[in-house]
Amino acid sequence: MSSHAKETAPSLYGLMAEFATPTELVVAARRTREAGFRKFDAFSPYPMHELDEAMDLHDNRVAKFTFIGGLCGCVGGFSLASWCAAVAYPLNIGGRPLISVPMFIPVTFECTILLAGLTAAISMLVMNGLPSPYHPVFNVDPFAGASRSKFFLCIESADPKFDRHATENFLAGLNPSEIAEVAP
Amino acid sequence: MTTTEHSYETAPALIGTLRKAQNIAAMFGLLGIIVTIALGLSQPTLDQFFRSYLVGFWYWFGASAACLLILMTQYLTGGAWGFIIRKPLEAGAKTLYAMVFFFIPLLLGREHIYWWTTKEGMADKVIQAKNLYLNVPFLFGRTAIYAAFFIIMTYLLTKWSKEEEETKSTKVSARLEALSAPGVLAFFILMTFCAVDYLMTLEPHWYSTVYGFLTVISWCLTAMCLMVATITLLAKEAPMDHGLKTKHLHDLGKLMFALTMLWAYLQFSQLLITWSGNLPEEIVWYIKRWNGGYGWVSLILLIGHFALPFLMLLQQSVKKNAKTIAMVAIYILIVHVVDVYMMVEPNFTKVSDPHISISILDITAPIGFGGLWLALFFHNLQSGSLLALGAPDFHKALNHGKH
Repeated sequence: MSSHAKETAPSLYGLMAEFATPTELVVAARRTREAGFRKFDAFSPYPMHELDEAMDLHDNRVAKFTFIGGLCGCVGGFSLASWCAAVAYPLNIGGRPLISVPMFIPVTFECTILLAGLTAAISMLVMNGLPSPYHPVFNVDPFAGASRSKFFLCIESADPKFDRHATENFLAGLNPSEIAEVAP
Repeated sequence: MTTTEHSYETAPALIGTLRKAQNIAAMFGLLGIIVTIALGLSQPTLDQFFRSYLVGFWYWFGASAACLLILMTQYLTGGAWGFIIRKPLEAGAKTLYAMVFFFIPLLLGREHIYWWTTKEGMADKVIQAKNLYLNVPFLFGRTAIYAAFFIIMTYLLTKWSKEEEETKSTKVSARLEALSAPGVLAFFILMTFCAVDYLMTLEPHWYSTVYGFLTVISWCLTAMCLMVATITLLAKEAPMDHGLKTKHLHDLGKLMFALTMLWAYLQFSQLLITWSGNLPEEIVWYIKRWNGGYGWVSLILLIGHFALPFLMLLQQSVKKNAKTIAMVAIYILIVHVVDVYMMVEPNFTKVSDPHISISILDITAPIGFGGLWLALFFHNLQSGSLLALGAPDFHKALNHGKH
């Protein structure tokens, strides 16, 4: 949050519009994006792929981290098995080579999945700033419905285009069922 | 839900394109078959001809059979992915009417490739112990059962699908589902035997329990890639141009991905068990595929048939883009010929004196069969609608990914 935004609207986190249907939310998100707003978020009780497109979200860092994590697990798992069987405790098993590649594949595979999974979960949590005990959007009472049946769009006052009245008029034009101020 | 009214008729331009594709495919098919027969006859024995015949036949027969299997599966699971490829699947399954007859040359020329059917093979102690199953009359009988199964299932499924389209009756839809459930079960059981009969008995002393399943999964991969390549081609014109959504491609791409991994998984389970057991009668199959130059081809399979498609299909952007997913599909279709080649050819090398055999016939036979198959397929696509208009969830499936 820039200090500039805080000066103009010190007592406001943003403005929140409530929508009755998912279609309205997607349309609203697209129009908010097209109107030039960047610091805004959409809330829905279930994942909607169209929202990503409407909000033009292209952040796939989690996917990249997951791939790197998986690669580390793959190399690490195979190295661990090889080190154990060929260096730390070499054992001739039925005349097979010490680095008995097919036998190491299950371990390698499991380590790949394990590290990829852990990296995905942890990087998702860290980059989302979770766990987050406090978030201003919950100051709006009807927002509790966001986890059940309501759809919300919140434009933050930190957005350079944010203006208390102009933005409220803009939101009103999106046909919401309600508009609320979000206390910081 | 708003659905803009589109025409679901096949665009006349698309019919023209399909007819052109049919003619080109037929030309390639005839050329491939003529060259295969000519080169096959010019050799001292017909052995190589029948080996390559099996490579070409098995690849494309598998594509037809898997079209039927995926068709039945999508009736059972539902889902928009199945809806969008249902008509192409039916067109693919209908090629079975012709494909089942190509078993006959294999049965007639059996002594050229199936050692156990020869006098020498019949006298073998191990073969005699397996005589209850491995005898020629029973082989003929089993083949007749496979053929009857394919013809009856394809006939009923396509007939009822047409009925569903005309009457829009959910009773017919329920009937399609009711037939598909035992159909899938019977398919796996029968095709396990079929894979044993026509591929595993090339090495009659050897056995593997995962073989049938592995074969069926390889077929499914072929069919799925064919479907993806086909619908991206069809989507250039009505009615598929507004029928096919990014979400459909993404789903089909995920299925391709899953089948690629399942193929590798099953191949590997077979290797792992053999490697752990290390028994003389089991390792023959792998020794032949590792020595005398075949090891390089095995490595090509490992990298080209698994690692590369895996890394490509791992990316969402590849699966969501019609051009890239079609390219990956065509790539897998090409590299899969090598897989079928490796199922057949290494069986004929000697463990004591291994050397790789690559014949030009192994290339011309798949092209010949492929040309004929595609000609039939494109021909079948021209009749009837390209979208499953009778499906109960037609509009939902068409608007896949829209709320």
